[in-house]
Amino acid sequence: MKFRVAREVLAEAVAWTARSLPPRPSVPVLAGILLEVEGGQLAVSGFDYEVSARSEVDVQSTEAGRALVPGRLLAEITRALPPHPVDVVAEGARLAISCGNAKFSLPTLPVEDYPSLPSMPSTAGVVDSDAFAEAVGQVAVAAGRDDTLPMLTGVRLEIEDDLVTLAATDRYRLAVREFAWRPETPGLSAAVLVPARTLADAAKTLTSGPEVVLSLASGGSGEGILGMSGKDRRTTTRLLDAEFVKYRAIMPSESSSFATLPVGLFTDAAKRVALVAERGTPLRCEFTPGQVTLRAGGTDDEGQAEERCDVEFDGEPLTIGFNPTFLLDGLAAVHTDRARMDFTTALKPAVLSGVDEPSADDEDSGRPAERAGSYRYLIMPVRLPG
Amino acid sequence: MEGVRREPSILHLDLDAFFAAVEQRDKPSLRGRPVVVGGTGGRGVVSTASYEARAFGARSAMPTAEARRLCPPGTAFLGGRFAAYRRTSEVVMGLLRELSPLVEPVSIDEAYVDLAAGDHDLSVPGVTALAAELKARIAVATGGVTGSVGIGTSKAVAKIGSELDKPDGLTVVRPGEELAVLHPLPVRALGGVGPATAERLAQIGVKTIGDLHRLSLVDLTSLVGQAHGAGLHRLARADDDRPVVTDREAKSVSAEETFARDLTDPARLATEIEALATRVGSRLQRSGTSGRTVTLKVRRYDFSTLTRSQTLAHAVDDPRQIAEVAHRLLGAVDRSGGLRLLGVGVSGLSPYAQGDLFAEPAEAVEPVEVVEPAELPADPAPGPAVVAWYPGQDVVHPDLGSGWVWGSGLNRVTVRFEGPRTTPGPVRTLAADDPDLQPADPPDWTP
Repeated sequence: MKFRVAREVLAEAVAWTARSLPPRPSVPVLAGILLEVEGGQLAVSGFDYEVSARSEVDVQSTEAGRALVPGRLLAEITRALPPHPVDVVAEGARLAISCGNAKFSLPTLPVEDYPSLPSMPSTAGVVDSDAFAEAVGQVAVAAGRDDTLPMLTGVRLEIEDDLVTLAATDRYRLAVREFAWRPETPGLSAAVLVPARTLADAAKTLTSGPEVVLSLASGGSGEGILGMSGKDRRTTTRLLDAEFVKYRAIMPSESSSFATLPVGLFTDAAKRVALVAERGTPLRCEFTPGQVTLRAGGTDDEGQAEERCDVEFDGEPLTIGFNPTFLLDGLAAVHTDRARMDFTTALKPAVLSGVDEPSADDEDSGRPAERAGSYRYLIMPVRLPG
Repeated sequence: MEGVRREPSILHLDLDAFFAAVEQRDKPSLRGRPVVVGGTGGRGVVSTASYEARAFGARSAMPTAEARRLCPPGTAFLGGRFAAYRRTSEVVMGLLRELSPLVEPVSIDEAYVDLAAGDHDLSVPGVTALAAELKARIAVATGGVTGSVGIGTSKAVAKIGSELDKPDGLTVVRPGEELAVLHPLPVRALGGVGPATAERLAQIGVKTIGDLHRLSLVDLTSLVGQAHGAGLHRLARADDDRPVVTDREAKSVSAEETFARDLTDPARLATEIEALATRVGSRLQRSGTSGRTVTLKVRRYDFSTLTRSQTLAHAVDDPRQIAEVAHRLLGAVDRSGGLRLLGVGVSGLSPYAQGDLFAEPAEAVEPVEVVEPAELPADPAPGPAVVAWYPGQDVVHPDLGSGWVWGSGLNRVTVRFEGPRTTPGPVRTLAADDPDLQPADPPDWTP
């Protein structure tokens, strides 16, 4: 194997693949990155039986071949190379990298022990890459990080013809977002559970092309996998084999009051007040007509903070407590200048959603908005004493 | 003795054989007879023995089996009715709080009161009259439960005073006479002197607090250790300036169950965990608190005891979340030889509870209204692991009225139908699954 490639191109491809390398590989070869050259194309791949990643770039090659090299080391080296063309040559059991005056010789791993990457499942449909990245980012924030409950670490992906619904929850909040896509076959219906961190990472880094192709192999023989391919990059992830909660049942169907918040100002105020909220203590939001007062802290040996913020609110005054992180995560995910927050009681979930701009006139009744930007972020409040 | 008060302003109240006294109040047929409250199963331990049972040698912390050997036939061996005890205790604590805002409950049947924080005549005759009136009010309000009162210039002296004249006693230790009262007493009378320390002191001829007083601090600390020795040295001099602290906050809420036979069946263990988590969760909800650390306690067949805990990102009070963690902790414990005890606890308590989207709306999302000291009717322990009827349990029958379980077995249950406001009532034996017989709340004793 012998090729020459631009330093930036190589570094980017290796860095992207290296993201999915396991931090503690179960067998040593899984720490490797597989380099394969054939006909002017270099494929940079990684696989740990859960997630596979493959990035392809154009190179000038004089000799086809493949080599398995320690992945993290390769990523560090390519990132640090000087801005010159890189020459890579396989020499027996070692890999030589030269770039400008820098020369490296790396030991290789036994390529014949490396598992073959799963083949891409059949195409399910195509989605706009930016819309996909946004929707996944908005939803994955609500997924849990506690591996003891696998169901909560996943994003539920439901396909119903030309509509995809994503949902995730860590049992304290629930995020749901719908978006349109082009299914490969009309009337397609499927529902799978995708590891949230992998999905979020993939969606965020597959935006170099206009579209992402989703492919699905679920049920039947073998384990279900989801494939995602963008321009020059494709990744697969094993699906989670767990039932997702019946989340639609916990979406409030009506609300008794709502507030319209200026997202930027309200976020800044909440961040300031939350500085004194020690771990586990809530941010108190006291909604009264035309304003909300945020408070945190309170007892004598803690700090205290209070800030007023003008909002649109004209229901019965309501005091509700939130975990500040949960509230701020939601505010950061609505992606609109103003957000709407619907309440039932101080003990029932509050629903955060975006508000379309410009809002011509207010046609809202008492129910949660049903708009094109269908994002919903439910937060279960913190029960306040007394 | 810097810091020790000049006036006898600390009152210590210790209710007499409290659990047994409540049983005798609610069960007129047991008045004047030996009553033992505690675990009634094969490995149960005595919580409280009535004075009639103490005459035969029954003591608290003794295995119930031993108490059964000591006490005559006809002795009532009852499982506890904690709801009833708590109700009665709350009445007593309420009376203490009328004396002073500074009340420090030590346990369900014991408390310190700082009389200096109330508006009282702190002379010896003044506090003596106050204590006599308090005792009378307690007896009336509780339907006949008595308590022993000690009053002194410090907590240690007040506590020893309440022990001097039990039951139904009243001792005021005059200022300046503390040492004269303390010194003839055995060292065991001091808080913090258990059997081990007493044994060690006895080996060098120290039997009374007076003997202890003569011991130098150096000798004492070399015998029982630095901190303990320094504490005892001060106590022997009646040098105790600990304040009465109100609002001793609960640090944790827990429940445990000892089994009649070691459990190995995973399904059965799971059921036990659920039942314990329900007890803990409902107590948390009733007190409006929740906690972040869930602890599982396990005692194995060979008495080895271990605890495992997990701290969560958020405080919980939902029984199902508590059970979920406890199941997980149990899964990591070797239980192959069988378990004789399981306990579930929640600590790291906070008044804030992060709500759970998946919790049953009626259970965990709404706080439980504390109307009256509402108790779970089935405390101790609902659920299949518990025999349907336990001795002493309150029951009600539509035709026969209210009563309590005398005994059960062979699909029969024997009930005595009486209550705190009746004369001793008749005994009836019913089918254990008689649908008319239902568990009941503790009876009301007020006339």
